Amino acid sequence: MALLRGFGSYLPERVVGNVEMARLLGIEAEWIREMSGIENRRFAAKDESVAAMAFRAGAAALENAGVEASELGLVIVATGTSERRFPGPASEVQHLLGASQAVALDVPMASAGALFGMVQAALWAPRSGKVLVVAAEKMSSAVMTEPMERGTAMLFGDGAGACVIDEHRGFARIVDWELGSDGAAASDLKLEFDAPVHMNGRMVIMHAARKVPAAIATLLTRNQVAAGDVGVFLMHQANANLLAKIASTVGVGVERFFSNIARYGNTSSASMLIAASEWAGGWRGPSVFAAFGAGFHWGAMLVEGVEQDA
Amino acid sequence: MKQDRIREIVAEIASKPVTVATDENLFECGLLDSFGLTDLVTRLEQEYDIRIPDGDLNPRKFESLDRIAAYVEERV
Repeated sequence: MALLRGFGSYLPERVVGNVEMARLLGIEAEWIREMSGIENRRFAAKDESVAAMAFRAGAAALENAGVEASELGLVIVATGTSERRFPGPASEVQHLLGASQAVALDVPMASAGALFGMVQAALWAPRSGKVLVVAAEKMSSAVMTEPMERGTAMLFGDGAGACVIDEHRGFARIVDWELGSDGAAASDLKLEFDAPVHMNGRMVIMHAARKVPAAIATLLTRNQVAAGDVGVFLMHQANANLLAKIASTVGVGVERFFSNIARYGNTSSASMLIAASEWAGGWRGPSVFAAFGAGFHWGAMLVEGVEQDA
Repeated sequence: MKQDRIREIVAEIASKPVTVATDENLFECGLLDSFGLTDLVTRLEQEYDIRIPDGDLNPRKFESLDRIAAYVEERV
């Protein structure tokens, strides 16, 4: 068994609004909002690394969970914007946290990384006890350098989110998940070294709008949960219009899909856990996490609120 | 005949009349966007009682009335 025990997040200080982005990219500020629902995003400082942001979010999650770093058995770090080929940031985050007993594992997956990391955590929890999952991205380093793809660059922001998953204690039990991957579309959303993010937007939207609702439907049907009974859908914050489309296909109002994309833009893997850390509506009953990203990788996870020990 | 019905479906999704030539690119002339494309695929499945597999979810297959009609012809 594995339970959610605490979330945390870190957003860099610098707020970049659509007016500034529009000026930088040579596009209309209003068009950014209409196309994506994004109004602001955060950009990390030049010397602020993925590991540094991951550390801040991880430390916040540990504090919220009431867990010491020394208790962790595993640290998982998801990112698609690591500064180097190897090592990934996971071992650095383990060191920064002082989690010397923990094994460190990188998940270099971009947008679906947090979800896949949480599944890994659930699988490892019986062996590792307490697991910290962090997702951190410095998308600005990938999209704001020439040659820029303007329609893509306007979407992204920086930040980190984190989650503590515990074998024994927590406020919501991880019940089940449904994951998928399709390498046939690997070239339709990619970030290569020394090149801007390449995104075939039509392919991404088309597949995301079909695959995510299908994964959610499979998951809910298998567990005999009605979509209308799900308290909140916490999804990767890619695009407000996509969230609305997926909510409609799932058969619930868009207000059931928590959204903070207007404030932070698309922070890739970090976005789902940042959203979870900001969700203040409680964890009673079933809740669903969902993500879609480069690979393509996608999926959904069902959790169920539990009574907590006093 | 089928193409006439496809033209109607695209017009419903675009919320405007579709008067373009059958080989014209529906994205480039502003009749379809990413979300409209998703709606189109779903509508084609309903209209023709077909299942469009994920492997066929490529915008190029649906970029003109001719291409849509050819695809549907293959699947029915």
